[in-house]
Amino acid sequence: MSSASPVIGVLALQGDVREHLAALRAAGAEARPVRRPEELAEAGGLVVPGGESTTIAKLAAAFGLLEPLRARVRAGMPAYGSCAGMILLADKILDGGDGQETVGGIDMTVRRNAFGRQNESFEAAVDVAGVGGGPVEGVFIRAPWVESTGAGVEVLAEHAGHPVAVRQGALLATSFHPELTGDHRLHALFVEMARGGAAGHR
Amino acid sequence: MSSTPTSTPATPETGTARVKRGMAEQLKGGVIMDVVTPEQAKIAEDAGAVAVMALERVPADIRKDGGVARMSDPDMIEGIIGAVSIPVMAKSRIGHFVEAQVLQALGVDYIDESEVLTPADEVNHSDKFAFTTPFVCGATNLGEALRRIAEGAAMIRSKGEAGTGNVVEAVRHLRQIRSEIGRLRALDHNELYAAAKDLRAPYELVKEVADLGKLPVVLFSAGGVATPADAALMRQLGAEGVFVGSGIFKSGDPATRAAAIVKATTFYDDPKIIAEVSRGLGEAMVGINCDTLPETERYANRGW
Repeated sequence: MSSASPVIGVLALQGDVREHLAALRAAGAEARPVRRPEELAEAGGLVVPGGESTTIAKLAAAFGLLEPLRARVRAGMPAYGSCAGMILLADKILDGGDGQETVGGIDMTVRRNAFGRQNESFEAAVDVAGVGGGPVEGVFIRAPWVESTGAGVEVLAEHAGHPVAVRQGALLATSFHPELTGDHRLHALFVEMARGGAAGHR
Repeated sequence: MSSTPTSTPATPETGTARVKRGMAEQLKGGVIMDVVTPEQAKIAEDAGAVAVMALERVPADIRKDGGVARMSDPDMIEGIIGAVSIPVMAKSRIGHFVEAQVLQALGVDYIDESEVLTPADEVNHSDKFAFTTPFVCGATNLGEALRRIAEGAAMIRSKGEAGTGNVVEAVRHLRQIRSEIGRLRALDHNELYAAAKDLRAPYELVKEVADLGKLPVVLFSAGGVATPADAALMRQLGAEGVFVGSGIFKSGDPATRAAAIVKATTFYDDPKIIAEVSRGLGEAMVGINCDTLPETERYANRGW
């Protein structure tokens, strides 16, 4: 089913869901909020938004979404996580809350709040491999960075010597928040990945 | 006024409108809880709070004790920052920009210039553009919200009537803000100048609200939320998230109530889930009927 407009869910337990829905629609996808297992089942791809990663993980566990999320990601569902979403897609995390769980999927270790507290939050231009047309607008808010990656993970961008955008197969993650800018090129990249994923799992 | 963030700087830049307002966007759909000790902060984090508000006394106790309410002890704020990994907010008095400078120096993630504390200036609020740390401010109506945004606030909350456990004032303020936004939407563009004069707010912000159909910053509810249904009510009325003050740690079983309010805030439009999480919560805070409060004890009247 190589649908012209894949249905992409945005995990809507907490965070900047509306901005991701708008960015996905601007990039040509049909986008819907996902809060329940049956809504996840209808999505061909998923965005895990920015937000508070400990809150999102707790709500996902409490409402029976964590295991279905892990199963879908293992089965090859395309997924993109920004900031908190990057943490949730990481196999391992550092500086998490007590016993903080993740969905996992990307063979990487992510350090939570690595760029510091809110006073250190910043904007900077970021060159992302595979995204043409010049650097993207990087908005980093209490942002994580990628501490280390496994062999299958491609680092797409770095800031201050730390990976801040990565891809592994159908999974994409950024430390920063393209959804807070008018620049939808990363969402367009993900929608393209989701189209490829829908065409047949490699 | 940097109300519409534009292009990205070549060298990293902190304290921009986009990172200040963007921080509040990350809190949406969540619950921010008042805490007075590191232990309470841990309970809040474990219950799923998106942030905590570090305070010396919750508003219910500020009401009971009387006297001048000020910024909290830096030791107490640092203790809470050290205890949790989620964002920590703290309150300064209205117009007390030195308390705000201290809170910024302590590394808090958001400053609440709050009417719950005793105002330090009866004419001016703090210039919030002068800070790297973003500010949230209370409002009872649209004009007040826009005046705070014009001063640099990156997030707005209803004032409600803090420390009463009574949601009636938060409902009034949220309905007021939402209906005034609706009225602006219906105006002809020629009428927006007069509307700005009536609202006592800058024309550019009035125009932006008329175009967007919402505030240019995140809008939360605060003041009087005591139950999961209260939190869901505020969200159904258009609040993008909820502050809970005395309602959690003045109740019989704070951990359970806190987790229930978090769940009801996410599933605010699903009465079955709200019913489920509302069972077995123990005693809610007793609360105060706002119409028995003397004018001088109404915190919502503070701020201008």
